Amino acid sequence: MPVSDDYFVYPKRGYGMDHERYAWSNLFERGPVALPGNARVALWVTPLLEWFPLNSPAKPFVAPGGLSMPYPDFRHYTNRDYGNRVGIFRIVELLRELSVKGSAFLNGAIAERYPYVVRHLVDAGFEIAGHGLDMGHVHHGGLSEADEAALVERALGLLRSVSGQEVRGWLSPGRAQSYLTPEILVRNDIAYCCDWANDDMPFEMKTKDGDLLAMPYAYETDDRVCLHDYHHTDADWLVQSKDRFDCLYREAAERGGRVMSIPLHAWVMGVPYRLGYVRELLEYILSHEGLWVATGAEIADLVRRQP
Amino acid sequence: MEQLSDPGLYDYLPFDRRPAIRWPNDARIAVWIAPNIEFYEFEPPENPKRKPWARPLPDVLAYSYRDYGNRVGMQRMMDAMDRTGFRGSVSLNVALADHHPEIIEEAARRNWEFYSHGVYNTRYCYELTEEQERKLIEDSIETIRKHTGQKLAGWLAPALSSNIWTTDLLAEYGLLYTCDHFHDDQPMPVNVRKGRLLSMPYSLEMNDIIVYNGSLYPPRHYGEMIKRQFDQLYRDGERSGTVMCIPLHPFLVGQPHRIDSFEEALRHIAGHDKVWLATGREIAEYYFEHHYETMSAAIRDFAAEGRGA
Repeated sequence: MPVSDDYFVYPKRGYGMDHERYAWSNLFERGPVALPGNARVALWVTPLLEWFPLNSPAKPFVAPGGLSMPYPDFRHYTNRDYGNRVGIFRIVELLRELSVKGSAFLNGAIAERYPYVVRHLVDAGFEIAGHGLDMGHVHHGGLSEADEAALVERALGLLRSVSGQEVRGWLSPGRAQSYLTPEILVRNDIAYCCDWANDDMPFEMKTKDGDLLAMPYAYETDDRVCLHDYHHTDADWLVQSKDRFDCLYREAAERGGRVMSIPLHAWVMGVPYRLGYVRELLEYILSHEGLWVATGAEIADLVRRQP
Repeated sequence: MEQLSDPGLYDYLPFDRRPAIRWPNDARIAVWIAPNIEFYEFEPPENPKRKPWARPLPDVLAYSYRDYGNRVGMQRMMDAMDRTGFRGSVSLNVALADHHPEIIEEAARRNWEFYSHGVYNTRYCYELTEEQERKLIEDSIETIRKHTGQKLAGWLAPALSSNIWTTDLLAEYGLLYTCDHFHDDQPMPVNVRKGRLLSMPYSLEMNDIIVYNGSLYPPRHYGEMIKRQFDQLYRDGERSGTVMCIPLHPFLVGQPHRIDSFEEALRHIAGHDKVWLATGREIAEYYFEHHYETMSAAIRDFAAEGRGA
């Protein structure tokens, strides 16, 4: 099948990006971000609580970590749910012991099914942030605006009513969006979103309904990506996470504050033999001067106050 | 079009039957770094043979993962290369020069070479006609000349999507080398309809995208691989000069958890004498001047004696 000559027409070939979501800019050319107390790195610990419905659709794609065996895929359904029943309590206990708070990203379904764990996180001082309705409902270009808006409203409604918090942060299941996700999030009072993987610092995204702060949420040192997608060992996740911190910490001395996020899926890192690696990473980071242990909302507020 | 079992891209000449290659200043090895500076489109057109993005549009995760290289990773990669004394030979999606001219200026300021990696990494050569592929080459020549003043010398097909005639066209347009063949550790003549062309050792094995995203090796292991690859080629190069290429993608190697082990590997290479830190063009020009004829003669002789039978 030949390719038509339209294949050599490049309508977006010009200065900047080939879309309107944000302006092209180089992180190292932007002004430095000052963190409170002259801190070098904002340590942002981000546990995730996910529920994978047993009847999750395979189309248009399965969320990462999603069910992959013929129905009823008890294997994956239950393994993922382990995090909500056991793993998260282990993680919270560790973070409490180390006096580290953070932002927990929750499917709305967690608030509906397990309100106890939401209150547990709130009591432990965590920010509650949205992570879609559940892992069977991915956001994608084929959703109608009304259907997608209903997903967001339902997820946020559940999380807000159970947590009593504003819920201003968002991470889509599988970091997937439609063309309208950012608009829908802004209309639902979301201040920052973590889906895009293109920066190490927050930057403003434009939507038709106002600005949305893009937050740097580690992609390749995300525990699930590192262990499940790349098949690296937990020990190597620790090495890479330390290396990541070392680079950001060093860079911050010259280039201004940096954000170090540590995604911890409760069903991945809440497993008994892995928790020690989480402890080792956090103790290593906490042994450094110049840390600001923050929530996503605190980072967003700080960045937005700066010119 | 008929599919061939062997298009006769090059002739067989075994490693131990070659005239010795000598590099400038008695170097044993020419090391060149090829950063792929790429632009992937948010809404690419369809191609009959390859789907650019796995998820339905907009695939914001896949797109933004690559955009990271231009916004962030580039600077870390450049800093690591500056500190260890390496220049780059940029495998450039030429449209990037229009989107992000600042990156081109930074690389040009460092005397880096620019060669073509197509227009966008989401526009493939699959199912193109020869005439259509000429447009890509002409666009590449013109865009690189306009932005850098350089004469295009090298080619790496966008997303490695070649056609059977691609090398013939490259030679016709006066390019010196292609990076699309992975059969050797030394530059070798490519059989083309008219003119001459070199196959320049690039590498899948040393390519960060293959290592990180194909083989799924951890970052520090990549550093070890680079060092070991260098050590062996350096040893081999005592007999006959070798070429080592390190193909990079700033969106991968420029990540904070990867850059230090990469820089350490570069420092290992730079710590040796008799190493020629070169660009693709420099290697190709030197080879054409000093080795192309003798290597071509050796190829003919080996064939005449019955290919070592």
